[in-house]
Amino acid sequence: MNQDIFVVIEHLRGQVADISFIMLAAARSLAQGAGGQVVGVLLGHNAQDLANNLSADRVDYIDHPTLAEFSSDAYILALTEIISKAKPKAVLFGNTSIGSDVASVLSVKLGLPLVSSCIHFSPDGKFTSQIFGGKIMTEGTLPEPSALATMIPGGIKPEEGQSAQPPALNPLSIEALDDLRVKLVNYIEPEVSDVDISTESILISVGRGVQTEDNIELAEELADLLGGVVCSSRPIVDQGWLPTSRMVGKSGKKVKPNLYLALGISGAPEHIEGISDCENIIAVNTDPTAPIFDIAKYGAEVDMLDLLEVLIEEIEEAKEG
Amino acid sequence: MKIAVPINLVPDLVEELTIDDSGTALDMSWLRLTINEFDDHAIEEAILLKEENDAEITVFASDQEGVDDMLFTAIAKGADQAIKIMGDFEEGVNSHTLARVFRDIIKELNPDLVLTGVQAHNDQDGSIGPLLAGYLEMPYVGYVSGVDLQGGKAIVKKEYPGGLIAEMEVTLPAVLGIQAAEEPPRYVAISKVRQAMKTSTIEERDISELDISGGPVIDRMFKPEVGERAIMIEGDEEEVAARLIELFEELGVL
Repeated sequence: MNQDIFVVIEHLRGQVADISFIMLAAARSLAQGAGGQVVGVLLGHNAQDLANNLSADRVDYIDHPTLAEFSSDAYILALTEIISKAKPKAVLFGNTSIGSDVASVLSVKLGLPLVSSCIHFSPDGKFTSQIFGGKIMTEGTLPEPSALATMIPGGIKPEEGQSAQPPALNPLSIEALDDLRVKLVNYIEPEVSDVDISTESILISVGRGVQTEDNIELAEELADLLGGVVCSSRPIVDQGWLPTSRMVGKSGKKVKPNLYLALGISGAPEHIEGISDCENIIAVNTDPTAPIFDIAKYGAEVDMLDLLEVLIEEIEEAKEG
Repeated sequence: MKIAVPINLVPDLVEELTIDDSGTALDMSWLRLTINEFDDHAIEEAILLKEENDAEITVFASDQEGVDDMLFTAIAKGADQAIKIMGDFEEGVNSHTLARVFRDIIKELNPDLVLTGVQAHNDQDGSIGPLLAGYLEMPYVGYVSGVDLQGGKAIVKKEYPGGLIAEMEVTLPAVLGIQAAEEPPRYVAISKVRQAMKTSTIEERDISELDISGGPVIDRMFKPEVGERAIMIEGDEEEVAARLIELFEELGVL
């Protein structure tokens, strides 16, 4: 057992994901408290350059053709070997499409406890994590002597985990990585859309509060009056009421408009991820405890549909008058 | 083709959540439980697969408030068998514990495919799907929004950020974490659920003792500190609309 903090570096198609930098910064604080090092674990093929701007004391790098694309099976095989040999104090994963596919499996395989959705760590090994859609926070101490944790963004800026000084690269080799049960077939590119919500400056965003498909028209009307476009949270896209290209959040787009009007959106962590850079969020929700009010600049506790009707009428009158 | 769908009951977030006197857990006494929304998608995906591939679906859940309704609803939608796991689940259990309980049922069922919701909002120590994959030594793919069965394999659509989809080939038997079914979860009329209550039965399984290891110890549970909470605009929709128009003007959007 040692006091090092390992971070599983997430990357996709030649790009390091922001969550990797966030985890490195969080690991720094844990490592300082424990007196260990921050070690990035990079799995890939011809991917050593991705280590260059990681703020780590060392990067353990496995280069293997099978690791060219993410496969949970390949990652689990490689990480089982690395973690069981090195026995770090903690291993951090993103609570993402990559990290979530492997962290829980490894918890079982390695017999190590796991803490989900951490947003912050302090040097004394305490974690703060989020549950119940961001409505409740929990605090505790990372289990000793060794634990796994997944992280969500929110507490730390990615730049804090970047460095101009490339870390020491420590190439490792791995035993057989064949007979994988999970393999990439191909990528399907995001659908091309008439509008790119990530570049729009006025977004009228709707959530479950819109209630029916027909009511989306009200949001469209307001968007037309303001010269903006309509986007939404996940449930609306899952209902088929808006195309995937209009989805804001973890699996959708990250947006940065001048105005983000969030109507009937509770603000689940997955949605917040897409709007964390927005400065002017105005949230309308009948639930006063909705987490969206924690990040919005202005809020109102009225029904979005009642409000839309009045708002459209008033703006139309003002424009005519 | 046999499909197993474990169902997780979670607090309904529409309700006000209260922290109990210990300060480390929710007060469960007044809490309404609902099906984990992603498990609802997992059920829907299972039924869509059944419609195309002639599958047999078993749904199962731990014995908690409202579980019978949820299981009968799944039967009314098209599930073939429902199992209720009897034990001390009243106060809720962590994901590792629940996954071990589900593991034993799944071993008995011996399915080709296990479909679970990709996550639940009460996960504190990982998600049920990948934990099950670990216990059952099956492959796992999460963030799935499409499943196509081809012999002993499944071709699944896995979501990455920005709308990117990876098509992955997974060898069966496997566990999949469903993010979204290919169709929105179907609505089922109450009359059909009542019909299911009359014509079908929920099987019961007892578990002796719960092993609760695998998660962290929580020292404190609290509501997010509201340091920089939104400035609330008071009043009815007329007053809110008037203030919003002012704000739109300040921002230069009007």
